[in-house]
Amino acid sequence: MSTLNMDLSNYRDLLKQYIRTQDETALYQAEQFSKLSMQQNISPEEIINVHIQALQELYPELPEGIKSSMNFLLEAMISYGLAYQEFQSLREQQLALKSEISVAASMQQTLLTTVKPEVEGLDIGAISIPANQMNGDYHHFVQNDDNKLGIAIADVIGKGIPAALAMSMIKYSMDSIPENRMDPSNILESLNRVVERNVDPSMFITMFYGLYDPSNEKFYYSSAGHEPGFYYNAAEDKFEEIEARGVVLGVTRDTEYRQYERKVNAGDMIIMLTDGVTECRQGDRFIEPEEVLDVIKSYMHLPAQKLVEQVYKHFERLQDFHLRDDFTLIILRKEV
Amino acid sequence: MNLDINVSDKDSTAVVALAGEIDAFTAPQLKEQLLPLTKESGKVVEVNLENVNYMDSTGLGVFVSALKSTKENNSELKLVQLQDRVMRLFEITGLTDIINIDSTVRGGS
Repeated sequence: MSTLNMDLSNYRDLLKQYIRTQDETALYQAEQFSKLSMQQNISPEEIINVHIQALQELYPELPEGIKSSMNFLLEAMISYGLAYQEFQSLREQQLALKSEISVAASMQQTLLTTVKPEVEGLDIGAISIPANQMNGDYHHFVQNDDNKLGIAIADVIGKGIPAALAMSMIKYSMDSIPENRMDPSNILESLNRVVERNVDPSMFITMFYGLYDPSNEKFYYSSAGHEPGFYYNAAEDKFEEIEARGVVLGVTRDTEYRQYERKVNAGDMIIMLTDGVTECRQGDRFIEPEEVLDVIKSYMHLPAQKLVEQVYKHFERLQDFHLRDDFTLIILRKEV
Repeated sequence: MNLDINVSDKDSTAVVALAGEIDAFTAPQLKEQLLPLTKESGKVVEVNLENVNYMDSTGLGVFVSALKSTKENNSELKLVQLQDRVMRLFEITGLTDIINIDSTVRGGS
């Protein structure tokens, strides 16, 4: 209470000055007084108490009714004081949480880091940008001893921290699948069982898994409800949607995933993405899938990594640099 | 954008009429209203999406958990009058195979 008492005379002088002169500077100082009180955790009812004391000193003959009314006001302010205390402690907790989340986000980064491999005859570009602190998109490259290249691209439905945790679970389950069982349909079937058993019912994961075998130049793939990618056929200079049916991971227990395959010719491109790419909005307007392809086409002369970066920059500009959803785009091009 | 949720719960059928957008902001409200309905054994919960012009994957999450709840509680979930954009989302995710969706009448503008 000592600081407050010290300020009491100050408050009284200010009040006196204001009553006499109606001076703006006194008002400004009153504002400073309230800010200082907040810094010192002084509650609103304490300020009213100071006001009552100052008033009594200034007007010893204060009518009884006014005095009682001030005490009444003081009682009425007590709840505000409590609410303010609560606000203070929440603010501290929020700061603590914020720093924990940023630690978790950087841990996730470290855990889920994937290295874009060098594969002879393939030009690979990959970009993944989170909309918030933690990325709900996931992509991973696996290079087997027999030179086959596995590519997983996934989106965890349910955002934020729970999604990020589910992602780590997926990554470790995938790491534990033996190398001779790495065909796309088998991978999705195993992951489906993991997700179905372990994840909250409103959460599920979409995933596309592709496997490129350089020995026969074939691309094998399966999809668990993932946003369809595109295939660029260089000979015909045409894009087509990669059709692959399959239900999202984690909804039904014994789901089987069909595996598809296609021969990849020189100059062909395989485009894998998440819905953060196709669900871009410009103001209130959704972009059409053709627009994504037009943009890809306009940068197609660039190396794959430059290509995905330019496409990202295009949509970042289109959305005023504010992503609504995590954005992941991977392009494989078979070199001539 | 907002989501209006209008529930008319009569006898064994509850009709949930939705209007607006289902996204990360509105999905929790929908979940709060939809899930309790599916907990009643024998209940048919019909969700009308005629006036839903946008739904993202968070919305799908709500319907997936509602579906799981109907299986546990022996109730039924049915989606009707989906707009094309919303229908596409159910198709891509393969959920059309496991959720009862009446796509004969399309909703929307």
